[in-house]
Amino acid sequence: MFLKELTELSGVSGYEYEVRNYIKSKLDEIGCEYKVDKLGNVIAHNKGKKNKKIMLAAHMDEVGLIVSHIDSNGFIKFQPVGGVDQRILNSKSVLIGENKIPGVIGSKAIHLMSAKERGKSIPIDKLYIDIGTYSKKETEELVSIGDYVVFKSSYVEFGEGLIKAKALDDRAGCSVLLDLLSMKLDVDFYGVFTVMEEVGSRGAQVAAYGLEPDYAIVLEGTVCVHMPGVKENSMVTLIGRGAALSLMDSSTVYDIDEVRKVENIAEKYGISYQFRTSTSGGNDAGAIHKTKEGSKAVAISLPCRYIHSPVSVASKNDYDNVVRLIKAVISENQKGE
Amino acid sequence: MNFNSELMKKLSDCFSPSGREKNMREMIINEIKTYTDEIKVDALGNVIARKKGNGKKILFSAHMDQIGLIITHVDDKGILRFSNVGGIDPKNLAGLRMVFGNGLEGVVCSEEIKDGEKIAMSSLFIDVASTSKEFVRNNFKAGDMCIFKTEYYETENCVICRAADDRTGCYILIEALKNQPATDNDVYYVFSVQEEVGPIGAKTAGYRINPDLAIALDVTATGDSEDGIKMDVKLGEGAAVKLMDKSLITHPQIKDLLTQLAVENNIKYQYEVLEFGGTDAGAIHLLREGVPSGVISIPTRNLHSSGEIFSKSDVLECIKLVQEVAAK
Repeated sequence: MFLKELTELSGVSGYEYEVRNYIKSKLDEIGCEYKVDKLGNVIAHNKGKKNKKIMLAAHMDEVGLIVSHIDSNGFIKFQPVGGVDQRILNSKSVLIGENKIPGVIGSKAIHLMSAKERGKSIPIDKLYIDIGTYSKKETEELVSIGDYVVFKSSYVEFGEGLIKAKALDDRAGCSVLLDLLSMKLDVDFYGVFTVMEEVGSRGAQVAAYGLEPDYAIVLEGTVCVHMPGVKENSMVTLIGRGAALSLMDSSTVYDIDEVRKVENIAEKYGISYQFRTSTSGGNDAGAIHKTKEGSKAVAISLPCRYIHSPVSVASKNDYDNVVRLIKAVISENQKGE
Repeated sequence: MNFNSELMKKLSDCFSPSGREKNMREMIINEIKTYTDEIKVDALGNVIARKKGNGKKILFSAHMDQIGLIITHVDDKGILRFSNVGGIDPKNLAGLRMVFGNGLEGVVCSEEIKDGEKIAMSSLFIDVASTSKEFVRNNFKAGDMCIFKTEYYETENCVICRAADDRTGCYILIEALKNQPATDNDVYYVFSVQEEVGPIGAKTAGYRINPDLAIALDVTATGDSEDGIKMDVKLGEGAAVKLMDKSLITHPQIKDLLTQLAVENNIKYQYEVLEFGGTDAGAIHLLREGVPSGVISIPTRNLHSSGEIFSKSDVLECIKLVQEVAAK
């Protein structure tokens, strides 16, 4: 498991180089062949027994912010990159740009808010980042327009086998993919670490165009609203109930025969699994399965509470089930029909 | 050519929501296999039938899928939660009977809705009418889909059925293919998957075929009812030649071709400008280096409901126009 290292790296969409460099160094250690394409996708090839061309995809990028303006007092204004929840931004510690300049996101004190303002989340255009400078000039020496901003949040294990980290969506998938590549299985597959999923599966689209897979498995961190005040049928996934299989989302109606095959494999190997009970959201499968002449796709995900926040929570046990399930699925698929 | 009610009923009665088009695929292949030179099924499940020639490569497309519901959660009491597959408005669902792929049925029920509250998909559920946990567990699973339960009905000139969108298009292509005039053209009849959630299938099938021109066959709305839709298309006024919708501005050459063929051959036609919606042609015309594309539409009232209404004579006019395009 490479989750601690991977989640503590910065990699907002379009600026995934830290994650990419880490993955490349791991692939070198493993001794796995790979290439990096023009958009920055890392395409690793695990050679082995082959029946069809299998593509596994996990995205390297995470949601974050981009610096859009520095005001006359040196405060930094920003825009979201990907699906950032504005409600969670206030009072967070962040790191800006390549040099990881520390800052905090602030807003005006509660004392000064009107009754109307107090009940509402603060819109992004009313928030700013404070990096402890006093002037525009001082800020500009440390930060430029266009710098990317990530949450500052370290990987922590807590409770009964749970972990808290930022960017579990989708460093969890990247970590699973590295685990699978480390196993040196006699099973042929391409392990693709994609860029820019959070802004529309852009990396996956070009990677699939180049690879033309017959079968794709998307490895994701997915929504889990397993928390108080939510009915079980609205929780999407449950923590601790195993790998989450997708049936349908806004980008894909998953091939039902392939989904049922995955289900049977999970049953056969005694691997815990559950279905996502929501059809909203999307992932790289949407881009991959309709590229060129099309391919069959499934998505196997790790349930993540508080996804897209600095305190995403997942279960190590679920993680193990995801690894075991994908390993079993690719092995069964390369056995031949 | 007469309207083949038996075939139309068979198509409409077939279970084929998006992503679950197996029955429809088998029915269509069975229907057309002796009339084609080649039939392929691609990775997503599109049926690609070909009548070979050395001339222009023409693609016709009609989608096999229909809107429906997908089960996301099943409890022991036989209460099924669901999401929509394709464009369904929750406010039209409560009280409707639904039928599953295995032939079993349920009825859409609603949680208590307070005055002024909007009906959301999440406050609806399907009751499958059983007090047996075993029965529920053995017969219903997350991932199952269901469709409206509707009986096919005809009057002298019109039909009420489910999934006229786009079984009328499939019907037209089947009949046109069976009666294709002799031609040098290389003609592909695509029965596509997942239009209602995309279009998805037309994209991959079109990529494979790489045609010189493409025509989709699909339904369009009309302005002759009291439903508030303002447009010029009317039931019984013939094949609708689409000029524009949200996914496509018809290529001028295609508009001219369809108009000219209709005029020359006395085919009743009308122009269509649709302010919403899209078809397979929206995906196809942007493929590779671009494909001049258009749509021949079947005017249909009460779209995306359990009872869609179309005119038999319009369908027959559409068939004639497809045949002329195939041979041009």
